Amino acid sequence: MASEPALLSFLRDRKVRDILWQAAATIAMVAVVWFFVQNASENMVKAGIASGFRFLTRDSGIEVPFNLTGYKPSDNILALLWAGVVNTMLVSVASIALATIIGFAVGLLRLSRNWLLSTLAGFYIEFVRNIPLLFFVLFWYFGVLAALPTPRESADFLGVIFLNRRGLSIPTPNELGGLRIALMVIVALIVAQYGLSRWAAARQARTGRDFPVWPMGFVLCGVLPIVALVAAGMATSWDVPTLRGFNYRGGFVLVPEFVALFAALSTYTAGFIAEVVRGGVLSVRQGQIDAARALGLTQGRILRLVVIPQAMPVIIPPITSQYLNLIKNSSFGAAIAYPEIVAVFMGSALVSTGQSIEIIAITLAIYLTLSIAVSLFMNWYNARHRLVTR
Amino acid sequence: MSRLKERLFATPLDTVITLVCLAVIVRLCVPLVEWVLINATWNGTSREACKSDGACWVFIRARFGQFMYGQYPVPLRWRVDFAGALMVLTAGLLSWRGLPSRRWFALASVTILPLVGLWLLHGGLGIPVVESREWGGLMLTMVLTVYAGLIAVPLGILLAMGRRSRLPLIRFASVVFIEFWRGVPIITVIFLASLLLPLIMPAGFDVDKLARAILGLAFVVAAYMAEAVRGGLQALPEGQAEAAQALGLGYWRIQRMIVLPQALRIALPAMTNEFISLFKSTTLVLIVSLFDLLGIAQAALADPNWVGMNMEAYVFAGAIYWFACFGMSQWSRLREKRLQVAHGR
Repeated sequence: MASEPALLSFLRDRKVRDILWQAAATIAMVAVVWFFVQNASENMVKAGIASGFRFLTRDSGIEVPFNLTGYKPSDNILALLWAGVVNTMLVSVASIALATIIGFAVGLLRLSRNWLLSTLAGFYIEFVRNIPLLFFVLFWYFGVLAALPTPRESADFLGVIFLNRRGLSIPTPNELGGLRIALMVIVALIVAQYGLSRWAAARQARTGRDFPVWPMGFVLCGVLPIVALVAAGMATSWDVPTLRGFNYRGGFVLVPEFVALFAALSTYTAGFIAEVVRGGVLSVRQGQIDAARALGLTQGRILRLVVIPQAMPVIIPPITSQYLNLIKNSSFGAAIAYPEIVAVFMGSALVSTGQSIEIIAITLAIYLTLSIAVSLFMNWYNARHRLVTR
Repeated sequence: MSRLKERLFATPLDTVITLVCLAVIVRLCVPLVEWVLINATWNGTSREACKSDGACWVFIRARFGQFMYGQYPVPLRWRVDFAGALMVLTAGLLSWRGLPSRRWFALASVTILPLVGLWLLHGGLGIPVVESREWGGLMLTMVLTVYAGLIAVPLGILLAMGRRSRLPLIRFASVVFIEFWRGVPIITVIFLASLLLPLIMPAGFDVDKLARAILGLAFVVAAYMAEAVRGGLQALPEGQAEAAQALGLGYWRIQRMIVLPQALRIALPAMTNEFISLFKSTTLVLIVSLFDLLGIAQAALADPNWVGMNMEAYVFAGAIYWFACFGMSQWSRLREKRLQVAHGR
């Protein structure tokens, strides 16, 4: 190889090649980006679009039929964005709660010893997982809710909640004082339960004496909060929806768009959560359960002390990414005009201002922040858990 | 019989559960079967033919052409069929292990065939042009899935390799690309592609609306695909690449001959999952008024001659999506099982 020219042997050096490769890649990327930016600025000058974020403080003039922030069309576009963000969060949180409940139930039923029950759960999972979410959103909105009765023939629950094609009317409290006290009581109860379980665990480790933590927890975190809420509810006066003319007045109306999106998101994501739960429970080796049984633990304790603690670390990371998917999927609301971020901001605000680059950047930034926050949490959780395992 | 008893009626509680389940199934299935099959109307040409309270499949029959091809001109629809047949034929040939020079054939079928398909569908070069705004229905769904997939799979593989690269800059760029597209909803990406692509291209260079949607979908799917491939790459023991390196093979040869063939085999189930979700995500082009199968079904509801056919349209479109996705996932499961058998595991 002595006869090889110096240049060639220089190029064969690994370090040199690494640097050259990276330099080439960087130049290519910069060139592409520069090309796009150049075109964009030329096109924008031609179209007479002024860039910048000043439009955010302009009056929006856009009507949002469903908002919790008290937004009015005379408010500025920033307030419009905030109304959209709140609507996204509202439907996401509600759907996450219901999807988790359905998902855990279906996932555990899928593992049932009863063949018919587990097959039924399997059918549910295969049904929702193999159909596009947009299908469910449209189906609930145009198929189910459009077929609901008119306000005059509403389906009512206990005479205070009414479901009709204009949405779901629920009563609202006239003053919040009593409920606020109830909420504080509930927080105190949860803290008490936490302290109690810490104390019971410490005592059991020290003396071996058992304490009925779970029955206590059921009373403290299950029964008493309900009692508190009911008591507060009785003490509060409520604005109950009543039929006046052709529609219900009073209370709060959850628009059909919300109900459709909520129903579609929660039932769809539940199918994925069910699979995660099933996988998590199955990942606990049978030997663990057999050993627990040999020690004489009851079925409930095996589940609580052996299965769940080992299944949860397997379940939590994928379930978090399902939650994240659900939050991103709440953007499907744009297809039925549920006023969430994409519909009000990327849709209405973009059409009225024409500031496409800025609006897209803000929207993407909101979702990216959420995603990064969730993945940071996941990394932290995984790292923390890895230390615990032996 | 004893097996049945054990799995359905082992304890009194089990018996109760079984009976409740049976009741639920009967309550759900009997009206469904009655609606779909027994009381349904199959023959006729107009709404008047549907007098029973079952499904009115006449509606689907009358609009079947639209559900499949959208507004594609009727006399030219054979071109779509032909392109579809070509695709099925190639897929069939490729799955046959005894095919002579299978590798070259595969390479040709992912490079030349898509161009032939595009020419058949779009026209030009001697055959009449059909603009993409006339495409629709199941055909558009397939076009979106196939072409976005054709971009996404190679791009995803490259990104996965980039993410595991030794070179920090390449690794960084890949991570940013992957995490960016994975972090945002697909709807926003389709919006973004349809709004920004015309803006960042030189003036006068018009990107077709369908091409924008395909590109947007492809980028997101490539990012997810990259994560699926990365799973396969990580599952491969380091020793494989190290041994190849010791033999004196270069980076690209190691990847092409040693690492990727094994890693992709491991990653295939995950990649199939991503493909299924791509198929489901194509429905989102509705948002930029492209009418794929679901979009056509939705648009058909607005026909004044066929008011109130919501359920028929949804059941028909939903069934197609379900069978397609279920079929793909079963295929992947079957393949996985066969591989496990082949490896004696």
